[in-house]
Amino acid sequence: MNMNVETPKEPVDAMTFQLPEELQVKVKTRDVNVHYGEKQALFDINLDVPANHVVSLIGPSGCGKSTYLRCLNRMNDIIDIARVSGKIELDGLDIYDKNIDVVELRARVGMVFQKPNPFPKSIFDNVAYGPRIHGLADNKTELEEIVVTSLQKAGLFDEVKDRLKDSGTGLSGGQQQRLCIARAIATRPEVILMDEPASALDPIATAVIEELIDELRQNFTIIIVTHSMQQAARISQYTAFFHLGYLVEVGDTEQIFTNPVDRRTQDYITGRFG
Amino acid sequence: MFGSLLILLLILSVAGFYLGRRKAFVVAGGKRSQLHSRPLYHGLYVAALVGIPTLLLSLIWIFLQRPVIDALLLQSLDPKAIAGLSVSELSLLKSQIKSVAQGAIFGDPKPIVVEAAERLTHWRVIANWAMVATCIAIGLFVLIATRSKIARLFRARERVEHVLDLLMIAASVLAILTTFGIVVSLTIESLRFFDRVPFLEFVFGLNWEPQIPIREGQVTGGGAFGAIPVYVGTFLIALIAMLVAIPIGLMAAIYLSEYASKKMRAIVKPLLEILAGIPTVVYGFFAVLIVAPAMRSFGAMLGVEIAPNSALAAGAVMGIMLIPFISSFSDDAISAVPRSLREGAYGLGATKSETIIDVLLPAALPGIASGILLAVSRAIGETMIVVMAAGIIATLTFNPLSPVTTVTVQIVTLLIGDSEFDNPKTLAAFALGLTLFLLTLALNVLALRIVRKYREQYD
Amino acid sequence: MTDILDHQIAEPDSLANPRHDWASDNARRRIKKRYGRDRLLRAFGLGAVITALMLLAILIASLTYTGYVAFYTTKVKVDIFLDPQIIDKENPGKTKYRKITKQAFYAYFPDVKNRKDKRNLSKILSSGAQYIVRDYVVAHPEKIGETVTINLPLSDPFDQLHKGVIPRWIDAAGKNGGNGEKMLNPRFKSEKVLVWFDNLVARDMLSSPFSWELFVNADSRFPELAGLAGAFTGSLLALLVCFLISFPVGIAAAIYLEEFAPKNRFTDFIEVNINNLAAVPSVVFGLLGLAVFINFFGLPRSVPLVGGMALALMTLPTIIVSTRAALKAVPPSIREAALGVGASRHEVVLHHVLPLAMPGILTGTIIGLAQALGETAPLLLIGMNAFIPSIENLGLMEPATALPTQIFAWGDSPERGFVSRTSAAILVLIGFLVMMNLVAIYLRQKFERKW
Repeated sequence: MNMNVETPKEPVDAMTFQLPEELQVKVKTRDVNVHYGEKQALFDINLDVPANHVVSLIGPSGCGKSTYLRCLNRMNDIIDIARVSGKIELDGLDIYDKNIDVVELRARVGMVFQKPNPFPKSIFDNVAYGPRIHGLADNKTELEEIVVTSLQKAGLFDEVKDRLKDSGTGLSGGQQQRLCIARAIATRPEVILMDEPASALDPIATAVIEELIDELRQNFTIIIVTHSMQQAARISQYTAFFHLGYLVEVGDTEQIFTNPVDRRTQDYITGRFG
Repeated sequence: MFGSLLILLLILSVAGFYLGRRKAFVVAGGKRSQLHSRPLYHGLYVAALVGIPTLLLSLIWIFLQRPVIDALLLQSLDPKAIAGLSVSELSLLKSQIKSVAQGAIFGDPKPIVVEAAERLTHWRVIANWAMVATCIAIGLFVLIATRSKIARLFRARERVEHVLDLLMIAASVLAILTTFGIVVSLTIESLRFFDRVPFLEFVFGLNWEPQIPIREGQVTGGGAFGAIPVYVGTFLIALIAMLVAIPIGLMAAIYLSEYASKKMRAIVKPLLEILAGIPTVVYGFFAVLIVAPAMRSFGAMLGVEIAPNSALAAGAVMGIMLIPFISSFSDDAISAVPRSLREGAYGLGATKSETIIDVLLPAALPGIASGILLAVSRAIGETMIVVMAAGIIATLTFNPLSPVTTVTVQIVTLLIGDSEFDNPKTLAAFALGLTLFLLTLALNVLALRIVRKYREQYD
Repeated sequence: MTDILDHQIAEPDSLANPRHDWASDNARRRIKKRYGRDRLLRAFGLGAVITALMLLAILIASLTYTGYVAFYTTKVKVDIFLDPQIIDKENPGKTKYRKITKQAFYAYFPDVKNRKDKRNLSKILSSGAQYIVRDYVVAHPEKIGETVTINLPLSDPFDQLHKGVIPRWIDAAGKNGGNGEKMLNPRFKSEKVLVWFDNLVARDMLSSPFSWELFVNADSRFPELAGLAGAFTGSLLALLVCFLISFPVGIAAAIYLEEFAPKNRFTDFIEVNINNLAAVPSVVFGLLGLAVFINFFGLPRSVPLVGGMALALMTLPTIIVSTRAALKAVPPSIREAALGVGASRHEVVLHHVLPLAMPGILTGTIIGLAQALGETAPLLLIGMNAFIPSIENLGLMEPATALPTQIFAWGDSPERGFVSRTSAAILVLIGFLVMMNLVAIYLRQKFERKW
């Protein structure tokens, strides 16, 4: 990292940016701090995510964008030493409230991971897994319907329709990732979190996924962590820039990439560090 | 004699070392940099060439001397005197001669024995001195020869390293030799057994009564060698053991790897390792002292007759012994499931138990399965628990409350005490040992193959 | 799956709506049930862990409970007149002390006259008491002619009675369903002996000192005198042989395979062999020892040399595997640095890699030796369960016994006293194993490096 970058002592208030009034706020984050043991990973994050939009989280590695993403469906609960404070609301509901059930939360806030991680099961069972455990289908027909529509939605159905009983791990990397997206869609989440979903894929598979994300926007709110600024520019309407655990700047994707307010954002998007 | 020879050889090697090093100094004219190798290596080179061959020679000599002299002794006996003697009578005569030669004279030995004993003593002395003389002579010759080779550009280091390589290869080959020794010795003795007892009777026979009369008029069983009841007993006990070990071991592994806190893991895992480190003879005594009587009185309470050496008691204790085995294998297998799969399940909103049962266990199944196979192989080969706690009589039964016997119990009971290598009773133990070896080998190979395949899946 | 394809494909947009109603009773019930199953699995797991630990606790507790009494011996103080007319002053070791000992003991019971009673009375004393008197006289020849007080052990039944291990009276009709009628424990000849025994207690002649016998005596037919010294020596000699063979050979093989061996079929074959040897049942190594060392090479039975060689072949895979792991843990940068200053590959290994890997190698070796120390079956087959009543004549080529085989032999003996002796021997063996493992753990922690 370039040492010329001046790191402000005080976090800049990223909330100078206001979402347009007409947009419904799906995920609201207020003063979120995350500690891993002694180390603080996130500082006072404030962010509003509008429904049915794609929001990109960008920033150099280790900046906290993945950590933030994992707060939104409480994946940090799995890590013993992680401690989250502050308030995160999903449709006005505090997700860290003790009455909130993580199982339900994670069904409503789905996740797609950096590395495709299909279960060692058949393609069908991979997609059917979520609906099965949550009891989303009343009978076999309904379940099959969910699987088929999810696969269609993920743009994978035509490629695998003749081998739904084959193992999901036998697919190519891009197909595996779309299978994971189908798997996430199948639980009918409201929000889908994507943690660099295309970083392990080749350019063609990446293009397919990006197209898919744009389509999914109609039904889902999507928050995506990405390493690639071009990708963020292509697929998202809003972009948030993280740096050293601070949310430095949020804005219209176009504005962030053309006319960033903060010096650090500017340095980052012009490739001076990161 | 042998001990002093070893010391002599050692002295010779050390002398070789110093002479070699000295010579290297001399040829270098005091300038070490003139030498290709440091003087140390020149010394080591001479020492190794003196010490190693003579040591090997003396070892081979000592091992072969006895059989050779025995054979000579047998030939030197008056053919008329030993005509008509059976094999066991001959070996009795042989041991008589040997004990007389050692000065232990009981009663009034026959003149032929005394005469042979004198011959034996004489030969032994000759052989011993010949060994010492040969070894020392060779050692000295090699010392002089190799020392004369030392020169300024003599590549002593490379030679020494070459010798080291050979030694290391020899050490590695010992593993093969051991396997070879096991296979060959078991096969030879088994073939001798099948000379006396038909192979098919051994494999398909339902009757195992190896106590055949040694003396005439001794009341024993009929000498039947059908191994089926022994194998049924072995598998019955192994099955009981697995029924105890798999649920407890697997559940404990699930708890330790997924539910337990770090602190609890740190305490419980070493404790389970203690269970694994306890010698099997201790488990055997535990079975006899505590488990079998407890089961017996528990059975009596329910009005069920449980034999004191029931398959249940032996199997249960063997199961206890295998708990840590299963649990550590399963724990490793579960922990080896990639984090991403775990997160995938949690990310869909699966509960912990759903993640474990639907994702982790299926993914870890090959590892767990190979662990179970290895545990079965252990259960089948386990000896002391069953020797102490299971039965000796081979009854063909599947009733876990009655006593059964196992392959290992039979091997030990057939061989304990003095054993002659010419009676089917002793040889039967080797036939059983061969089948045991092949069975456990097959299980191990299968288990290793599963593990290897499984590793490829995630690497 | 063809039937799936026949479905009316829903409009993609219908996917998101209607969404699942998480607040419905049905959904709540379902989640509750799922958490219930989670708790169930957790409870099963915890139950399994507790079961395993309980079994360990029962094992240790029962051995301690039955074994601790063997760590002391019941002894009776007897004044003995060392009659110079009976004892040969020149050669006190050759005298028969039976009579002197018995007479001295009878003196405490002047009422006992009849021969049969006297014989029963003498059975209170250990049959080995006379040898203790002999050893005393041999050690103190100047005391001949004086009256000395010697602490003599009681025989097994009375030793056990005094320790409270066996009762005087037992139910007449077996353990259960007895009609309350009692009978004399058949280990005692008559009620009279119990009266005499009580008399000894009343006169405060009995004491329970620490049983040094357990550690310094060799084996004996009499449990009160049986000790582990023979087994210690046998185990030590066998382990020594095992170490001298398996340590250098194991290290040499591991270095070759890890550092020098080319990757080819031959070395693959060696590796497969080593892996398989590690899982061969120990009894097979006993058969190997019997067939090869004893039958083929004609080495004597029951001797520590053969036992140690069989154990060495068993321990070898353990040492090779742990040595390889230790060598692998040394980072390549060390090797590169040494190669960079012109050391040969052998010098790199001998001067740099091996010393750095040594703690790991030693740890593995100690663990391998601990396994060998507890191994019984191979020793049994090669006959290393000899009855060794004296520790004078022990050596690599002399018949011997070892700790685990001694445990096996005692565990098979009918005398009550051998039960506690066996447990005590097990405790001693486990003590050794724990010590070896602690040393291994200490080594690992002390020298463990994080590269």
